[in-house]
Amino acid sequence: MSLVKHYPDKPQKVYFFGTCLIDMLYPEAGLAGMQLLKREGIQVIFPQNQTCCGQPAWNSGYRDETPAVVMNQVRSFPKDYPIVVPSGSCAGMMRHHYPEVFKDKPESDLVNAFSERVFELTEFLVHVLKIELKDLGAPTKVALHTSCSARREMGVADEHESLLRQLGNVQLVEQVRKAECCGFGGTFAVKHPDISAAMVADKAQAITETGAEQLVSGDCGCLMNITGHMEHKGIGPKGQHIASFLWERTHASDS
Amino acid sequence: MHQTAEFHKRVKDALNNSQLRSNFRVAMDGLMEKRSNAFPDKQFLEELRITGSKLRANALVKQADLLEQLEANCTRNGIKVHWAETIEEANHIVLGIMDSHNATRMIKGKSMVSEEMELNHFLEAHGKECVESDLGEYIIQLDHETPSHIIAPAIHKSKQEIAKLFQSKHPDIPYSEDIETMTRSARQILRSKFYDAEIGLSGVNFAVAETGTICLVENEGNGRMCTTAPPVHIAVTGIEKVLEKLEDVPPLLKLLTRSASGQHISTYFNMITSPRKPGEKDGPKEVHLVLLDNQRSKIYEDEELFDSLRCIRCGACMNHCPVYTKIGGHAYGSLIPGPIGSVIEPQKFGLDKFGILPTNSTLCGACGEVCPVKIPLPKLLHRLRYEQVRNDHTGATNGQGSRRSAKEAMIWKLWSWAHARPAVYRTGTKVAALFRGLMPNKMGPWTRVRTAPKIAPKSLHELAREEGFDNE
Repeated sequence: MSLVKHYPDKPQKVYFFGTCLIDMLYPEAGLAGMQLLKREGIQVIFPQNQTCCGQPAWNSGYRDETPAVVMNQVRSFPKDYPIVVPSGSCAGMMRHHYPEVFKDKPESDLVNAFSERVFELTEFLVHVLKIELKDLGAPTKVALHTSCSARREMGVADEHESLLRQLGNVQLVEQVRKAECCGFGGTFAVKHPDISAAMVADKAQAITETGAEQLVSGDCGCLMNITGHMEHKGIGPKGQHIASFLWERTHASDS
Repeated sequence: MHQTAEFHKRVKDALNNSQLRSNFRVAMDGLMEKRSNAFPDKQFLEELRITGSKLRANALVKQADLLEQLEANCTRNGIKVHWAETIEEANHIVLGIMDSHNATRMIKGKSMVSEEMELNHFLEAHGKECVESDLGEYIIQLDHETPSHIIAPAIHKSKQEIAKLFQSKHPDIPYSEDIETMTRSARQILRSKFYDAEIGLSGVNFAVAETGTICLVENEGNGRMCTTAPPVHIAVTGIEKVLEKLEDVPPLLKLLTRSASGQHISTYFNMITSPRKPGEKDGPKEVHLVLLDNQRSKIYEDEELFDSLRCIRCGACMNHCPVYTKIGGHAYGSLIPGPIGSVIEPQKFGLDKFGILPTNSTLCGACGEVCPVKIPLPKLLHRLRYEQVRNDHTGATNGQGSRRSAKEAMIWKLWSWAHARPAVYRTGTKVAALFRGLMPNKMGPWTRVRTAPKIAPKSLHELAREEGFDNE
């Protein structure tokens, strides 16, 4: 994104939108994101009424089935606190596409105001909280896969990297064609399984070739795709959401 | 739906063809690198893209007036202008011009509009010879193929494959895999075709209304030969190629060649403003310009899809598309492949025919990021996904609603219902977690190459509550 984004001052309270994928498959990543925020001295609110951002229907062309789901999120986050989302994809939907969902509809002002409060987790940590991380983990080599929506829609690829670079014992290695899509694409993986399979195979190969001990991504859709393939083939490193990775390496375990 | 089955079959064949995969991977990596090197200054690139998109948008907004102006100025310059609403009309116009000269031999420069018209087939059926003179086009003509890329039509072939093709078609020429040698052979064969041709046909990159000028970008000199050697030159173009002013050309040319092949300028840039004038020693005696609509004015009617007409046919979107790179151009089944093809072809030929194409994208955004005239390709692909399943019958797009299935529509309705009701959603995730042990390890095509995702014992909703995070 070439537009200059304006970030708010550090607030006292934030909302956390966990995303449906994290909710069911990677809850530890959501929890880690909330813990990272809380450790910076702000109150984190997790509205229990949140569900899904609505992107699956929206991207499948079912535009008439999307507004009801969007409106549930808008109503579940009523106060003017920032909304932090541990996914470039869901954050992109909420920030950039919600206004399209409600374009020319009476609720448009309400929805636009909601969208302006949406931030992807890493950009919030870097620009709003100006987080400083102290690495407590053992030396390791890490490959980062930044999702296409985090990179191109939210423009937060640098933020992902800069957080990892704060960790003294982490060596960030770069896979070839790192900006190329992993082939997930939501329903694309179901509608075009052969192409998706070819794409994820190349991505997994590139990551494996780096010799990284760990794969980190800010989006669980990509993680599910890439690590799912690597597990299936028995290659490559384990994958983790960037929030889990950052929290584990910087959190003094009390056990 | 058999078109969908055919599409998937082509995709499978392409993915299983390791030679084809490697040809595209290597070629696209090269083209991406060249483009990137041609735009070292990102600020310069961004400003130029803004300029380019404004110039194209301006020309489209004023299109009706500009086309009239173009016709008037071309006519004044001695260029004969023809209007064709359909490809049939365009083909008959070209045939008519040939017949009026008792001409049987045509030499062609590269033209995607002539491919759109399937002009070669049409003319051959009327006993005319059409010879492609662009090297890539010449190669695919020899092999009876269609272009797999809009600027590099034979990019799907390796040099070894081309050498073998040359050997089978021209057994008298010694076998060689050396590119320069093969190019020289083709050049020699084509030389006599240039001499013999009574008609030269070319495409158009920009048609300037203000001056009545046809601009043609090319690298081989064959375009210049086609437009100067034969006594009659016919240029064919889509109506959207018109520009307002001559000064609009340089920024768009800069964008076009840099985006397409990383060149600062093409080896040849031809500007044709009239036939041969009295006293001039060369040039065609007659120049014709055929302006083809073929659904373009229908695309024009939709204020969002209208943006697809800004395209200057550089091919950067396909070069950067991870899907195109995997499957190549032919798998799309449309004349124009890649992201821009997936936007334009369904609109031209109907979503009932090409509705699969807008779904054939991860919406990764790489295409929109590189488009020199800032066409919001992911947004347009998205819009066409809507058009093909919407059922309110209000849009103008060909084949609207044609891919809506009752089953899929029902699934999304139920999905929407459940995700708009927090209590239903929470119950659903709880039940899923409860029965997580029963989750199948096989989940259709997903688990053919991946392990099945595992549902966590506790949802984030539950963990957040347990860890004392406030609800409001």
